[in-house]
Amino acid sequence: MTSSWFSSPAQAVERLAAAGYLADAPTATTSYLAGALEKPLLVEGPAGVGKTELAKAVARACDAELVRLQCYEGLDEARALYEWNYKKQLLRIQASQGAQEGAQEWSATHDDIFTDEFLLTRPLLTAIRREEPTVLLIDEVDKTDVEVEGLLLEVLSDFQVTIPELGTVTAVRRPFVVLSSNASRELSEAVKRRCLYLHLDYPDAEREREIVSSQVPGLDDRGAEQLVAMVGRMRELELKKAPSIAESVDWARTLIALEIRDLDDKAVTDTLGVVLKHASDHDRAVRELRLRA
Amino acid sequence: MTAAGTSGLLERHIAFLEALRAAGLPVSLAEDLDAIAALTALSWDDRALVREGYAATLVKRRAQRPTFDALFDLYFPRLVGDGGLGLDGTPGGSDAETSPDGDADGPDAPDGPDAAGEGVRDNAAALTDFRERLLDALLAGDDDALARMAAEMVGRFGAMPGRGPGLSSWSAYTALQRVAPGELVDKIVAGLVAGGRGDEEADRAAAQRIGAFTRTVEADARRRIGEEKGPDHVASVAMRPTIDRLDFLSMRRADLEEMRREIHPLARRLASRLTQEHHARRRGPLDFRRTVRASMSTGGVPLTTHHKPRRPHRTELVVLCDVSGSVAHFAQFTLLLVFALRDQFQAVRAFTFVDDVHEVTPYFRPGADLVDVMGDLAASAAHAARFGRTNYGRALTRFAEEHPDALGPRSSLLVLGDARSNYADLRLDVLRELTAGIRHSWWLNPEHRRHWDTGDSAASRYGEVVPMVECRNLTQLGEFVHQVL
Repeated sequence: MTSSWFSSPAQAVERLAAAGYLADAPTATTSYLAGALEKPLLVEGPAGVGKTELAKAVARACDAELVRLQCYEGLDEARALYEWNYKKQLLRIQASQGAQEGAQEWSATHDDIFTDEFLLTRPLLTAIRREEPTVLLIDEVDKTDVEVEGLLLEVLSDFQVTIPELGTVTAVRRPFVVLSSNASRELSEAVKRRCLYLHLDYPDAEREREIVSSQVPGLDDRGAEQLVAMVGRMRELELKKAPSIAESVDWARTLIALEIRDLDDKAVTDTLGVVLKHASDHDRAVRELRLRA
Repeated sequence: MTAAGTSGLLERHIAFLEALRAAGLPVSLAEDLDAIAALTALSWDDRALVREGYAATLVKRRAQRPTFDALFDLYFPRLVGDGGLGLDGTPGGSDAETSPDGDADGPDAPDGPDAAGEGVRDNAAALTDFRERLLDALLAGDDDALARMAAEMVGRFGAMPGRGPGLSSWSAYTALQRVAPGELVDKIVAGLVAGGRGDEEADRAAAQRIGAFTRTVEADARRRIGEEKGPDHVASVAMRPTIDRLDFLSMRRADLEEMRREIHPLARRLASRLTQEHHARRRGPLDFRRTVRASMSTGGVPLTTHHKPRRPHRTELVVLCDVSGSVAHFAQFTLLLVFALRDQFQAVRAFTFVDDVHEVTPYFRPGADLVDVMGDLAASAAHAARFGRTNYGRALTRFAEEHPDALGPRSSLLVLGDARSNYADLRLDVLRELTAGIRHSWWLNPEHRRHWDTGDSAASRYGEVVPMVECRNLTQLGEFVHQVL
């Protein structure tokens, strides 16, 4: 099997950057390893630091198709793996009965209705059956129930799915699997053992400035610097929800839209709602940063 | 792998894994093999790459990363001895040239460490010279230079010569006392302000750099001791437990802040776990209408049944906590966690005591700021004390007198404290009366079980009335709260 993902960590940085994702050294190294070892990559970190974006960037950088499984509470096999299209199966049976009375043997019908035609593939099976390069993103895996994790085990370790009526489907070409998690629940050891682990955190000031400038081209250097410094100071405060990269970018867009050139105290106070989403965080920021309320 | 076997690399790798396991990281054999595979795929000449390779395959929890980093530095040190040449290939002298007065320092940087080994370079002149160079490096914020200076500093000013080989040691404490980088703060601030930064910003930057440098020095001392005595020795002696396993009673000031940051994520994790579990058990009685309606699409055959949701049962919680000096932190963290989870309860009331009782429920406004709440709580501790010596018996009596309405048949009582009552009357009868008509009661004790009943502790006597649970760290606290809800 060819591992066509990245040839070295340095190349991973380059190609991800070309795809519009500025990766730091750990991210690039781990992404490279995930491709080279063909192991799933579990990405954890606070909301809005670019976990989902990493998977999309890998797909863009490697010309692969992105197959996404959005996890939520109550997600089950039928939505994650595959499902038999029983309505169509019913129609098929009724049609054969109507056409020629009892002509078709039950066993023939049985063989007939459990075929590919009546199989509805869901993201996991789709990703495994694809022959082109595929990035499989299992998003917010911590939102699912514990049973779904059990379901993932077979997929993640052997890249195969067993369908009782059809047999085992094994991946022709292993997808690049990214699991993202907000760590709202501790994942089971079994899943963690099968994955490489990457913790994405808030970036340092310089990298964040690069990200903001690349995402919001209209922002000048001085504005970006002020903004990143201000966000950095907010992260040092004890807030309920510290601003993440997504919020920095939103803030930059807000400043552009309002045509604010200089991020002074008044401008910060006026637009604070873009970055901080709790009333108590507002109060704290105004007090600690000595802004005029 | 044969090459690794002969070079001792495999042994080092296995020793490293053993140390990780001893420090509480669950490293399985499968992960061990993954790590080897990862290292084979990476190049060995970049230390940062090796570190990330190990981290990606072995460390699966955020909280374990600091432990991993410290152990990695021990087993795969950046440099050996005084290290004229770093493992990452940068010669020690090359960077000195980038500093403005590099020409003056360049020549004596390499021979300095050699001499330091003999202990003659540690004199007042060397100290002054070193502090000047350190100031420059701190002002420039040059991390590589600072790492080298930390190594030099420990070698020169922190050496504790022993009588023979293997007996000498290094002390980060001595080195930091002699050089006292903390005294440079004013100069750094002045330098940064001159460089065009704001006052506040300069203050913060200076504090940050000094803090980082101090940590580097401590790590370098660990590295040297590890070299002398073997990393296994240091790993077992000098490593601190991760924050969620740190005892409430042995916390330092920096830990307090870190732990406070952990409270909300922990509460969120617990809450989402609870909701999920409640949902899993929520199949109530059959919802006939919905089932029949849903069966229409399958020709009247009810393939799936629908159920009415079950009404969740919620308790009224009364928390009674000892806030005398020794256990105050424990009480604060538990209160914060309980109030962060308040929507899981019908109602929560909290009382603090030393030898008198004071209600603190009003401090926990919904959405209030954690830091403010902690401040208010600390200030209110004065109300809970009359003579200032812990007296459980008196506090319980006062509670029964002042707040007879607090405990009803639907409420549960949670007592927090170490049950050390200064040999005063325990008033077990009052406690028995309080807990008689209520739904549940628990007592959380922050002391290790082996210290119970030592000295003035009345753990088992109170434990007979109210079931007592050991709760020494955040992990145990989280488990307890989950079990109760």
